[in-house]
Amino acid sequence: MTEFRFAVNVVPKPGILDPQGRAVEGSLAHLGVEGVSGVRVGRRVELSVAAASEAEARATVERLAQELFSNPLIEAFEIDALDGAKAQASAAAAAGGAR
Amino acid sequence: MTRVGVVVFPGSNCDRDTLRGLELAGAEAVPLWHEQGSLDGCAAVVLPGGFAYGDYLRAGVIARFSPVMRAVAAFAGEGGLVLGICNGFQVLAEAGLVPGALLRNRGLRFLGRDVQVVAERLDTPFTSLVGERGPLRMPIAHGEGCYFADEATLDGLERDGQVLFRYVDGNGMQAGAEGDPANPNGSLRAIAGVVNARGNVAGLMPHPERASDRLLGSEDGLPILRSLVEAASRAQRVPVGAAR
Repeated sequence: MTEFRFAVNVVPKPGILDPQGRAVEGSLAHLGVEGVSGVRVGRRVELSVAAASEAEARATVERLAQELFSNPLIEAFEIDALDGAKAQASAAAAAGGAR
Repeated sequence: MTRVGVVVFPGSNCDRDTLRGLELAGAEAVPLWHEQGSLDGCAAVVLPGGFAYGDYLRAGVIARFSPVMRAVAAFAGEGGLVLGICNGFQVLAEAGLVPGALLRNRGLRFLGRDVQVVAERLDTPFTSLVGERGPLRMPIAHGEGCYFADEATLDGLERDGQVLFRYVDGNGMQAGAEGDPANPNGSLRAIAGVVNARGNVAGLMPHPERASDRLLGSEDGLPILRSLVEAASRAQRVPVGAAR
């Protein structure tokens, strides 16, 4: 068994009213930022799955994304694989950015 | 006496009020803990308001996977009477037991105030004793009550008489869409409550139990609870322990 790490990004489907996105967009003027539109606010779930292969792990994540993390009536999702090397690289970059 | 269960999730906060309202409506009202897999012989089940499992992820979604909800889904599948109030409506929608979804209120704010609704059907187990369409005055208390379904589903609900309650203004006229204060959360077609196609599972955002005693300022919700209890008494199942 290997542990695979994924991120599931859930966003409101196109056309579904997103009051949070609208509120965020409405606040941009207070920051003095112009030219930003189409703000949609969603959520991101990260998780590790122990499985024999990445395909098998991904199938589990697909199921969770459909049944739990998103409501298919109103939300769409995308699954990203977060491999260890990538995670370490981004952590290093974050640490570097903090210096 | 007709036994009606009120499910108690961690985070439910209207369970006591709902038990009391059902007692006023003539039921033997019993709490049903979320970890139990049976409904204790209840002839009807109410999912009360609150914030089941903290409303984490999406309101109602985690409650959907609790042991008691598997029992509720099986009960509903056999034609058992189920009513979801506020957070209970959100749970039913997430579980797919009633159509549609409840989105964040269009105005973004949590709303706690009285609203007026009319009953669009008076021939259901949830409205048979309401008498007239209304308007009925009941409180709402929610942050995610904006009823949503796609246009085809909405048309189907209207056609099949599945719209159970609708927000109305002071004159009893259907509330408008966005921006009409009579439609507190911006629900599509001013829908405040729906019933499933079979007619045995219903959900609504206003709280009938909070309008079930004159001391609470309105008794308009009591006939809804009475209707449920009365229908449940006719659907009375064999009580637990009766078979010998």
